[in-house]
Amino acid sequence: MAGLSDLYQEILLEHNSKPRNFKKVDDASQTADGYNPLCGDQITLYLKVVDGVIDDVGFQGSGCAISRASASMMTQSIKGQSLEKAQEIFEAFHYMITEPGGEIDLDTLGDLETLSGINEFPTRIKCAVLAWHTMNAALSGESDVTTE
Amino acid sequence: MTTKFNVNQIRDDFPILKQMVNGNPLVYLDNGATSQKPQSVIDAIVDYYTTTNSNVHRGVHTMSQQATDDYEGARTKIRQFINARDDKEIIYTRNTTEGINLVAYSYGRQNIGPGDDIIVSNMEHHSNIVPWQMLCEEKGANLRVVPIDDSGELLMDEYEKMLSPRTKLVSITHVSNALGTILPAAQIVEMAHAHGAPVLLDGAQAVPHMPVDMQELDCDFYVFSGHKLFGPTGIGILYGKAEYLEAMPPFLGGGEMIKSVTFEKTIYNDLPYKFEGGTPDIAGAIGLGAAIDYVNNLGFDQITAHEDELLRYGTDALSSIEGLKIIGTAGHKAGILSFVMDKAHPHDIGTILDEQGIAVRTGHHCAQPVMQRFKIPATARASFAFYNTKEDIDALIKGIDRVLEVFS
Repeated sequence: MAGLSDLYQEILLEHNSKPRNFKKVDDASQTADGYNPLCGDQITLYLKVVDGVIDDVGFQGSGCAISRASASMMTQSIKGQSLEKAQEIFEAFHYMITEPGGEIDLDTLGDLETLSGINEFPTRIKCAVLAWHTMNAALSGESDVTTE
Repeated sequence: MTTKFNVNQIRDDFPILKQMVNGNPLVYLDNGATSQKPQSVIDAIVDYYTTTNSNVHRGVHTMSQQATDDYEGARTKIRQFINARDDKEIIYTRNTTEGINLVAYSYGRQNIGPGDDIIVSNMEHHSNIVPWQMLCEEKGANLRVVPIDDSGELLMDEYEKMLSPRTKLVSITHVSNALGTILPAAQIVEMAHAHGAPVLLDGAQAVPHMPVDMQELDCDFYVFSGHKLFGPTGIGILYGKAEYLEAMPPFLGGGEMIKSVTFEKTIYNDLPYKFEGGTPDIAGAIGLGAAIDYVNNLGFDQITAHEDELLRYGTDALSSIEGLKIIGTAGHKAGILSFVMDKAHPHDIGTILDEQGIAVRTGHHCAQPVMQRFKIPATARASFAFYNTKEDIDALIKGIDRVLEVFS
């Protein structure tokens, strides 16, 4: 059984208190709203894609430490990446969060690995994946997404 | 005759309270979501399925008669519990939500038309908003919302101004699930009646905490759920004044609710059966009857005194924590403490408390308009029942200290 310290790691708490890319991207090419109706977490994600590369990314909204830190770390990891690479990171992240005990793709995930403890807290998985599903929605041209 | 209140003895009657959760003794402070069940309720359900299980109002055989007697006996207990005039005014439903939907569908569709007003408050549960919105959309009626002040009190002068000949129904909560406010229900009813409008009261959060008297309140409909009243899930009650229920068309068509059926014409059954189509939750009704026996044995004088003391103790303790704000500070409250913290989001509070075996509710409590009113996304909510103790609140405070440690 994972303890609280596995969940609330220092890096997560640091991203929660000082989220990166917490901004609106005025010249975004894609935006989407993510919403978790169960708990009220809400995020707006802005992506500026130029020639198949995520040139800029930002997010706004309100949520718990896990959804906020996950969003912040996601923006860091996908900024400057190709759409294909962003998709690859999404898949590796989703697998890590939803498959406890599965092998973690450290090369692809980097710092995101510190969020792996969340997979021991089933009630919080939706918090962690909200930003990621919102990114998918934005890239596939949907304007909003809900996780339940 | 009531038993002298001894909280430790009472706790012994609730087997679930002896559980360990995440290595700690359970501290159950989520009674607003659902309450725990005493052994007598669990036994009543087991006994029913062990010795009596039969369909009601059907057979000539002995067990069917016994099941019917027990099922109807529970209805009488419920009628007495809320001091309604007649058993036929007590309709079994699944829960509060179904009761409200029944009134919206059956009374609302017949009596509410284009340009009419339905009045609710800003502190309703979604179940007392959405059915009316659906009705308004269908009929071209207007949903009017009585505002609340910063403490969570209903603004009675605004309510007065909203009442008019267009008001066809007032549907308001008796106790707010998100804030704990106890509303001046009798006054709300009297004011609506002065304008000729009937009133539905949502009593889901009221009946576990205080005596409710249909004849004194004079409301036209009153709804609540069994599971928040120490009974099982799946059973709820709609009280309606007979004069209204008689005039209303049925809700669900089927067996039980008819006197005779031909393909040319069906004659509906009398009250209360007209609104009870299909085989009901017989065990649930009997379980709810047992829950009411349990509550009656303690008596609301003792229950209310104990819960008021817990609320005072909890309010003082939470108020002394820096960076914590109680949401809902009305003068007259039931045992509900909703709060937010500067440093931690309610979901993080909930997870950290859960690690210590403390169960609270986090989120919007199915009352998003309340959250919007206070400009917060969610709260953490501790809600009490008569089996809670000051030690439970001390555990909560210790749990919050841990939240502060993590988010220091």
